[in-house]
Amino acid sequence: MREIARKLKLSDVEYSRILEILGREPNYTEIGIISVMWSEHCSYKSSLIHLKRFPKHSDRSLTEMGAENAGVLRLKDKWAVAFKIESHNHPSAVAPFQGAATGVGGILRDIFCMGAYPIASLDSLHFGELEDPISRHLFDGVVRGISFYGNCFGVPTVAGEVRFDYAYTGNPLVNVMAVGIINTEDMISAKAVGVGNSVVYIGSATGRDGIHGASFASDELTEESASDRPSVQIGDPFTEKLLLEATQEIAEQHLAVGMQDMGAAGLTSSSAEMSAKGGVGIELNLDLVPLREDEMTPYEIMLSESQERMLLVSTNENLPKIEALLRKWDLHYAVIGKVIAEPILRLWWKGEIDAEIPVDMLNAGEGAPMYDLPQEKPVLFDELNSQNPVDEWDKLDKLELSKKFDISCDEITDEELIQSIFLALLSSPTIASKKWVYRQYDYQVGVRTIAIPGSADSAIMRIMETGQFLALSTDCVGSYAYLDPFVGGALAVMESARNVAAVGAKPIGITDCLNFGNPKKPAVMWQFTRACDGISDACKVLDVPVTGGNVSFYNESPKTAVFPTPVIGMVGIIEDEKSITPMSFQNAGDSIYLLGETDSSEIGGSQFQKLVFGKYFGKPPKIRLDSHKRNIDFLLSAIDSGLVENAHDISDGGIGITIAECAMNSGELGAKIDIPKEFEIAKLLWLFSESQARFLIGVRPKNNDSIEKLALEMNIPLTKLGYVIDEKAIVIGENKWNIDEISNLYESTILNAMKG
Amino acid sequence: MKTGVVIFPGSNCDRDTHRALSSLNNMVDLRGSCSVKFLWHNDYELDDVDLIVLPGGFSYGDYLRTGAFARFSPIMKAVVGFANKGGLVLGICNGFQILLEANLLPGAMLPNSSLRFICDWVDIRVENSDTPFTYGMKKGDILKMPIAHFEGNFFADDNKINEIENDNSVVFRYCNARGEVNLKSNPNGSINNIAGIMNKRGNVLGMMPHPERASDDILGSNDGKGIFISALNWLKR
Repeated sequence: MREIARKLKLSDVEYSRILEILGREPNYTEIGIISVMWSEHCSYKSSLIHLKRFPKHSDRSLTEMGAENAGVLRLKDKWAVAFKIESHNHPSAVAPFQGAATGVGGILRDIFCMGAYPIASLDSLHFGELEDPISRHLFDGVVRGISFYGNCFGVPTVAGEVRFDYAYTGNPLVNVMAVGIINTEDMISAKAVGVGNSVVYIGSATGRDGIHGASFASDELTEESASDRPSVQIGDPFTEKLLLEATQEIAEQHLAVGMQDMGAAGLTSSSAEMSAKGGVGIELNLDLVPLREDEMTPYEIMLSESQERMLLVSTNENLPKIEALLRKWDLHYAVIGKVIAEPILRLWWKGEIDAEIPVDMLNAGEGAPMYDLPQEKPVLFDELNSQNPVDEWDKLDKLELSKKFDISCDEITDEELIQSIFLALLSSPTIASKKWVYRQYDYQVGVRTIAIPGSADSAIMRIMETGQFLALSTDCVGSYAYLDPFVGGALAVMESARNVAAVGAKPIGITDCLNFGNPKKPAVMWQFTRACDGISDACKVLDVPVTGGNVSFYNESPKTAVFPTPVIGMVGIIEDEKSITPMSFQNAGDSIYLLGETDSSEIGGSQFQKLVFGKYFGKPPKIRLDSHKRNIDFLLSAIDSGLVENAHDISDGGIGITIAECAMNSGELGAKIDIPKEFEIAKLLWLFSESQARFLIGVRPKNNDSIEKLALEMNIPLTKLGYVIDEKAIVIGENKWNIDEISNLYESTILNAMKG
Repeated sequence: MKTGVVIFPGSNCDRDTHRALSSLNNMVDLRGSCSVKFLWHNDYELDDVDLIVLPGGFSYGDYLRTGAFARFSPIMKAVVGFANKGGLVLGICNGFQILLEANLLPGAMLPNSSLRFICDWVDIRVENSDTPFTYGMKKGDILKMPIAHFEGNFFADDNKINEIENDNSVVFRYCNARGEVNLKSNPNGSINNIAGIMNKRGNVLGMMPHPERASDDILGSNDGKGIFISALNWLKR
């Protein structure tokens, strides 16, 4: 049995611990169940002690991190928002279409099993470089998978990000965030309580798909991973939709005692977690589980990750009503067990007890192991941080560089370089338009979507139930975290906060998806804890809680380890429709202001650096925690006072790209910008620096005085850069671009790459 | 006026359509009241509705062919009977596909020429204002509405297309913002840029664009509302 335990990736120490707790050798079914519940994916054994440091509460909090299937924050009256993000990286690496599709399905179930109605989904996607055919294949499959599942189910896919970097070659990141609206009076808990209550299995029949999916996700990808395809599940969005509708009715009629999605580790995790949370046990008769394949063993039944299944606990009184609803929605179901007082998971099979495990030993943070793994700052960290990006830029042979951009001349000027770099950045895949992607997503079903993807810094969803609006964004710049994971973690939170603030929303909470390499490597563990600390610090400054999320380790392929990528999903709230602020320029003559401070040396980890050097080095941009908080507060108060016509966060590509996006989105209006005098010498770096905590805002000239006065009062750096012009052109210093031409460039990169 | 919105398993625009129709109740443009109810796919009765809407979505997952399963729902027997008696039926997106499968409308849907799902805003031109669904509109009016489909590439053989065109059965065509119908303004490869057709009798309309998603200014357009108002005012005329 010890040999089997090793094969199931349990360590010898863990096996000894199993012997100690059980007081005997586990049998085959038991070792399978324990191995999967003790896998990194289910137990969070290497991450939990670090996650505990996150700020978890605000006065809107209705759930505690990890206690329920998703985080819930109060909006107004009885209404609340439920949201969570989750990764499906490994399945998407070997089977991009199904991997991404079931990633969408899994996270949707997490929110609707609580009684929430999904109103939006977002995707944070990271791939290898677009020139790489395999990365394109993965990109195409993932987008099709999200489109297939989300569209059919009927959730609008409204925002997210798509980034390309060599570090994600062969190990794409597919993080999906689901957001739902929930009537708090109808909320269903994930607890099993009430001895004698029935345990009901709902949804698709169980097959052999996805067995050991959780363990698969807890290992590095190898050349042989493609042969792990049986670990990838198959999605059925139609059944998921029926599950949603039935669950809604069950919630509205308050019929369920508790309910949970059968996600990773399927029947095992749902029954173990529900009973552990309720302080009870569960007894299941596996002969009653609906099966779609012959001769499945208890081991296979318990570990299958077949999709679109739920476990529900019901009183015997409500059971007939629940059964009637399930029949109404043509769903398969079976009463497969009951709640027992003894805190054990007991499985019956062919009239005999097949497994008996104390539920506590299966529970993350309780009986399951927890490790404080060794950490060590990687050598690379100091090496990278000691380089000076500006010095390297100064040393760079500009004539050599100019060849890359097809500039032919003897002496190259800053203007020529700006011209070429600006265009090259606009058409670089990470910055270029993602229309090819979101055009494949139904982003409007539900009639709540106020902003078309790409037209605002975050999605804006109306909440008819309360008259409010939610702003949603997912963000992470992996290259910042690569240079400094603490900074990367903090800046992911801050960028997502800036994105919701730019549309007029106040940040109220985050969910996080922490994508890292192998945690047994001290360098990876160091990156992980540093990123967690960065996230914590940023959340504390903004006063937003981490409501839950997901950790994805082992994101390593034979070629590379991914950049540490702590993706943040942010929820912001807009109380008044009048505060909704567009990204695009609104009126010719409007003043264009830069809100925040620019340090032209902050090019480490930037898109400019990648373009020019083909790699990242130096320090990433400074975090500016305090400036972030103050600048966001200022922007929101200026918006609420009606002083802001349009606003756009300054991120990838710096000021230059930000101006272009405001202009391209308006389609008609351009901008005339003067480079501030103090930056005249460093104008190129000023334009492309990615200094943080900045926004570009448009203001009616009549409001110039008011906003400048407000800035003075709040001690906020606000610089007038220029004004909006009634011409399809962007003029920055001596450079000029035609908007139609740059739009063409911006729109065509991904479209052309994905043709055929 | 009473309107019924059918719920098939997998419909996902049923609530949105119900919402858009309910918002019309007693509004100035509408002569009278408008009550809206859901109709269930497994029922054989329609009650006494004046207008039936088959909403968008993925009935039965559309795993076989769009609308192929839904046409066999019990409610469709009643819908066909209602249509044959001259009752007004509007099929939106998946609802259009179901009307084709049920032979209430001629032609068929192919996958989009791009072989990809398309979600976008389009302009459509009113080609025939002498229908219950364009009652009060003018020929050449341009309506702004979203589309969201994988199979919206309308197809029929040459004879059938000639017949459809000669009968003035084309109600909407994809066009650009200036009302020009051309290849560039055709999002999905649909023959003659067809976005919506009706039957010969003029009481059944199928359209790919989603009027319910263009029924509120905050969503970017209110043009879709006009189609619902037309049908209800025509009934009241």
